[in-house]
Amino acid sequence: MSIRLENVSFRYLEDTPMETEALLDVTLEIADGEFVGIIGPTGSGKSTLIQHFNGLLLPSSGKVWVDGVDLTHKDTQLRQIRQKVGMVFQYPEHQLFGETVLEDVGFGPRNMGLAEEEVVERVRRALAYVGLDFAELKDQSPFELSGGQKRRVAIAGVLAMEPSVLILDEPTAGLDPKGREEILDEICTLHRERGITVILVTHSMEDVARLVDRLIVMDRGRVALDGTPVEVFRQAETLKELGLGLPQVTELMHELKAKGMAVDTDVLTVEAAEEEIVKALGGQR
Amino acid sequence: MKQPLVRFTNVSFTYARAQGRGGWQALRDVNLEVFEHEFVAVLGRNGSGKSTLAKHVNALLTPTSGQVLVAGLDTSVPENVWEIRQKVGMVFQNPDNQLVATTVEEDVAFGPENLGIPPAEIQRRVTEALEAVGMLQYRLHPPHRLSGGQKQRVAIAGIVSMRPKCIVLDEPTAMLDPAGRREVMETIHRLNKEEGITVLHITHHMDEVIGADRVLVMDQGRIVLEGTPREVFSQGELLRELHLDVPQITDLAQRLASRGVSIPSGILTVNEMVMHLCPSD
Ligand SMILES: Nc1ncnc2c1ncn2[C@@H]1O[C@H](COP(=O)(O)OP(=O)(O)OP(=O)(O)O)[C@@H](O)[C@H]1O
Ligand SMILES: Nc1ncnc2c1ncn2[C@@H]1O[C@H](COP(=O)(O)OP(=O)(O)O)[C@@H](O)[C@H]1O
Ligand SMILES: [Mg+2]
Ligand SMILES: [Mg+2]
Repeated sequence: MSIRLENVSFRYLEDTPMETEALLDVTLEIADGEFVGIIGPTGSGKSTLIQHFNGLLLPSSGKVWVDGVDLTHKDTQLRQIRQKVGMVFQYPEHQLFGETVLEDVGFGPRNMGLAEEEVVERVRRALAYVGLDFAELKDQSPFELSGGQKRRVAIAGVLAMEPSVLILDEPTAGLDPKGREEILDEICTLHRERGITVILVTHSMEDVARLVDRLIVMDRGRVALDGTPVEVFRQAETLKELGLGLPQVTELMHELKAKGMAVDTDVLTVEAAEEEIVKALGGQR
Repeated sequence: MKQPLVRFTNVSFTYARAQGRGGWQALRDVNLEVFEHEFVAVLGRNGSGKSTLAKHVNALLTPTSGQVLVAGLDTSVPENVWEIRQKVGMVFQNPDNQLVATTVEEDVAFGPENLGIPPAEIQRRVTEALEAVGMLQYRLHPPHRLSGGQKQRVAIAGIVSMRPKCIVLDEPTAMLDPAGRREVMETIHRLNKEEGITVLHITHHMDEVIGADRVLVMDQGRIVLEGTPREVFSQGELLRELHLDVPQITDLAQRLASRGVSIPSGILTVNEMVMHLCPSD
């Protein structure tokens, strides 16, 4: 499913003294099957932007199409769009409500009218995706879990709907390193094997560097940069001005190069940095 | 011998759970001493007991068995709780849930007002506290319009205004952008160094641990590893088994060492790495 925004502006609390312009003339297209990262400082409009992708917010001006359907048209059934465009919110644990984990994660599929057996199967699969044990947790209250466990349950609730587009707003905040890696790897697998479109909002430069095909940088309601991670991370100055910075290993390569070492600075992962440094040192000897 | 500010002696804690499904033991026989002016970081996988431990330090929870003493006061004695909460303040993950007032200044004044401190003294403390977190110029702003990092610094100022001996921060940076994280980390290090406030900092970001005096690693309700950041991060394999990690740069240094590059294994920062690889100047 593709998503297209044309000249989208959005104002919160329009026509009040508190009016805030959160998006300014944003035009962009996300093609079917892309894996896109969105980064930007707090308040730059990331959360506002992605809520336009499934009609949770409608533009103050401009147009939004999802899979060719105009969301701003008054006859459009937003409910159907939202079943296909799944969204994991920034504080997903606030949306937990079920008495048990099974009820909570099964809510979406049950609402889609699936048979109970299928619902349970989907819950089992979704919990496995986020590294939780079905048998251990299904009857437990989601409110009696640790912060990170709650977050995993909330993510599972969206995965259980098996959406064609998956939008995640800072999904790994509060997860331990293994959990972060596992969940992101699962999302990569879903992307690769089922071809779903993934849009990932994150504060982790390391994560986007490792995962996405395309990176969008937001600044004060506008798209400031849009390109491959390598292209975006070449703009070190712009990123620094936005308070964002580079992945740690990329920063290291810049420093080494400044000291005269013959390394390529387009390095985004630990593995690539290792090869680059070994190569440069070999050349020196 | 110096008296520790916080002392856990054989502390176990069991959460009562709904629907008669028995309890859940979240702390198992924990022994811990934290001394004044220390900066202690706490790591551990999801559900390992970090937040439960933190809540014992300011008597939000009390042990099922064992004893917690804060400045010599037993947290299980109800008459002590008021005094303990003045000595130990807590900052939580979500910056939006912690600020209540309509201006930054009022928010920071909230704690001292509750203590019945006279208005002139409150004013002085609010100014000092906002100064300490670098937010004085925002004193008249509405808190909900601030960035995440600024909100957390205001939440920290709200605690500083109570003149605590210790601040416990439970993943204060989890929701923040890189600039916000830096602001908060610089702020708590400054409070620790300049005001001598003892810090207990819980985090899932390995690089936030680097400046700590001591690191505790929790697993299944126990403290399973303890040491300086360098000592702890030299145990990469064990940390990964515990669902944790080492900073990216430390990982890189270990990989380079195994490829025959001469480099010490305990490298923690980009600067150290550059100094070792380009020692010429
Ligand atoms: N209110 C509660 N009722 C029952 N059990 C709870 C409650 N809060 C936490 N637990 C359980 O106690 C254990 C420790 O939880 P705690 O919140 O201390 O973990 P944590 O280390 O802070 O995890 P995280 O990194 O996810 O925040 C977990 O197994 C959790 O399921
Ligand atoms: N519910 C809301 N009401 C009013 N203003 C809001 C609301 N949500 C966000 N804003 C404002 O819109 C702008 C963009 O915010 P947001 O989309 O949340 O950014 P980000 O997700 O990048 O941090 C900010 O100025 C923010 O204060
Ligand atoms: Mg946001
Ligand atoms: Mg916790």
